[in-house]
Amino acid sequence: MSRLQVAIVDYGMGNLRSVANAFKAVAPSISIAVTSDAEQIAQAERVVFPGQGAMPDCIRELDARHLRQSVLDATQQKPFFGICIGLQMLFEHSEEGDVPGLGVYPGEVKRFPHERMVDVHGAKLKVPHMGWSQVHQTQVHAMWAEIPDQARFYYVHSYYVVPDDASLTAATTAYPFDFTGAIARDNVFAVQFHPEKSANAGLQLLRNFVNWKP
Amino acid sequence: MGCAKRIIPCLDVTDGRVVKGINFLELRDAGDPVEIAQRYNDQGADELTFLDITATSDNRDLILHIIERVAEQIFIPLTVGGGVRKVEDVRRLLNAGADKVSINTTAVLNPQVVEDAAGRFGSQCIVVAIDAKKVDNQPFEWEVFTHGGRNPTGLDAVKWAQKMVSLGAGELLVTSMDRDGTKIGFNNPLNKAISDAVDVPLIASGGVGNLQHLVDGVTIGGADAVLAASIFHYGEFTVQQAKDYMREHGLEMR
Repeated sequence: MSRLQVAIVDYGMGNLRSVANAFKAVAPSISIAVTSDAEQIAQAERVVFPGQGAMPDCIRELDARHLRQSVLDATQQKPFFGICIGLQMLFEHSEEGDVPGLGVYPGEVKRFPHERMVDVHGAKLKVPHMGWSQVHQTQVHAMWAEIPDQARFYYVHSYYVVPDDASLTAATTAYPFDFTGAIARDNVFAVQFHPEKSANAGLQLLRNFVNWKP
Repeated sequence: MGCAKRIIPCLDVTDGRVVKGINFLELRDAGDPVEIAQRYNDQGADELTFLDITATSDNRDLILHIIERVAEQIFIPLTVGGGVRKVEDVRRLLNAGADKVSINTTAVLNPQVVEDAAGRFGSQCIVVAIDAKKVDNQPFEWEVFTHGGRNPTGLDAVKWAQKMVSLGAGELLVTSMDRDGTKIGFNNPLNKAISDAVDVPLIASGGVGNLQHLVDGVTIGGADAVLAASIFHYGEFTVQQAKDYMREHGLEMR
């Protein structure tokens, strides 16, 4: 089995085809696969950790496939890209289902609080936060190459991460208050939005990941 | 601050081809689905909706191939509706590359499908489509209809919307049967009543005739997204023109 350049971790939660399709579109010549094979993930040059649905289900399914250690190892060793619940699971705990996460970083995953979901005009803001919002880059980072600050990405989520260490945050989005839209630390980069559904800005981010040398 | 308001072109699909027609009459082949989807994507569409209007179940699988092909090339959210009867139908559409699946008549006939699908795949990918019509024979204003607006259900559209959200719908697609095809604008009082009653996003549908109707759908009707078919299909307006117009009228757009 030849070594994958990009392994997309499949633990049975949702459709990973969009993520794979988007990587193939930006990097047609690289070897990429959706996989739940621990060995393949361990050998891969880069690891993508997606996730959709509810975090308790994601954690359960990850463990059911014995992939927790593979993911933890990858966060220590190689370019690692978390998407949506794949970002949230990196933290210690989630309000969703009151479950522990993987605990790579100290911090909490919180639900948008009903009482704060009002915009400056007094209009109600919907939860889930669903749609294209501006992403404000708070760190200079190779993953933001060729992506303008305040570019819009597609979000769909009801929970967001609150890192204990504020310097983890690599981007924020206002809805209506600033929440963490991306984190970066060493070889790890993770986003709350969906780059695979964010048209050109999203494709550029995936291209940057393929080229990233942390 | 917040979300850009979304413009969602809707493509009708039958027997695996994208078609256009007036009130489902004189359906004509409108070209290759991938090309059309690409064109709307290039014009800045925020999402695409495919509505499978195939009359018989024989050719239902053809929509899967369309979605597969589109999902390989278009990287914005894709919603598919029409003919969804079972949780298994939802699964197959998601696996083909749909990001959201819209459930309409089945939600009324068997609400459990909504709950089961949301439980299994997450609320973020379950859209409940509500076809509503103003009635004067009920103790409420708008009644839910099924089967493309033919069958009354006795359900209050506002209460029904709340029930669907409680079962796990992550978004509502509200079509006014009174307005559909009329080009006189969305039914904003209906949309506003539902939007105020739920926390999830609402997509307004039915009745768009000009660009001001899109603005009104958001500012008066409280919609988070606007869906339109004919004004884009017949080349009256491009998606980009619609977005420019909405932006000029103070709306946050991508």
